[in-house]
Amino acid sequence: MRIDCPLCGARDRREFYYQGAAVMLARPAPDAGEAAWDAYLHLRDNPAGQTRELWQHEAGCGAWLMVTRDTVSHVISGVEMAEDVKRAAL
Amino acid sequence: MVELRETSPCAGLLPVTLGSVTVEELTPGPMTSLCVFGDASEMSAALEKAHGMGWPAPNRSTGKDGARAIWFGRGEVMLVGVSPDAALRKAGAIVDQSDGWAVVSVRGAAAVDVLARLVPVDLRGSVFKRGQTARTQVGHMPASITRTGAEAFMIMVFRSMAGTLVHDLKEAMAAVAARG
Repeated sequence: MRIDCPLCGARDRREFYYQGAAVMLARPAPDAGEAAWDAYLHLRDNPAGQTRELWQHEAGCGAWLMVTRDTVSHVISGVEMAEDVKRAAL
Repeated sequence: MVELRETSPCAGLLPVTLGSVTVEELTPGPMTSLCVFGDASEMSAALEKAHGMGWPAPNRSTGKDGARAIWFGRGEVMLVGVSPDAALRKAGAIVDQSDGWAVVSVRGAAAVDVLARLVPVDLRGSVFKRGQTARTQVGHMPASITRTGAEAFMIMVFRSMAGTLVHDLKEAMAAVAARG
């Protein structure tokens, strides 16, 4: 399995650290209420298909990446800098 | 007053030659990490003016033997061999790391074959040319690898891992040499 880091190029999976679903990019407002915070902290989808995940290029450039991966086929269809995704959403 | 004696990270471990490959310790002098807060244009201009080197693009280094600027990660460059000019301090975070890294050169006709056993990146000359650099792993160690010549690489790992780096390189060198 290889991940195409936007800075370093295609690299082996061993250089990367897996964090989990990309919910960290959508942190609720402090006053969003209990339900929103409960969902943010504890509730995760478990899709069979496309999912958005956060990976860090730990042994490379150090950047956090948002990887779009299919959980059925393991095909990676997109890799973006988490920084860019977050800035675009602001 | 006790006088502390300075010891290099690979003291007593290097140099080593096995087959056509030689590993030597390098003592490049001052090493300083340069980190920009966002845009690199100010730091790039200061680096060019003070040290005659551009801000390297990802996976590239600028300068030459004695004074290099090596891309070191997202928004980070390692300035090796010269003390940073005061003008750089205004453009970002400047941190002295001179004592933190073990630096070795690996050279010889089979250097690329030795590294192929340890590094998950294609370092052959056709795709990894002089001046190109990679943040990757040597075995399980995070490392910075820069091609400094047709048959020469410079490898940096954390100082605490110097012994492991030399051990892993020697094992790979012996295995490559045994194939004749």
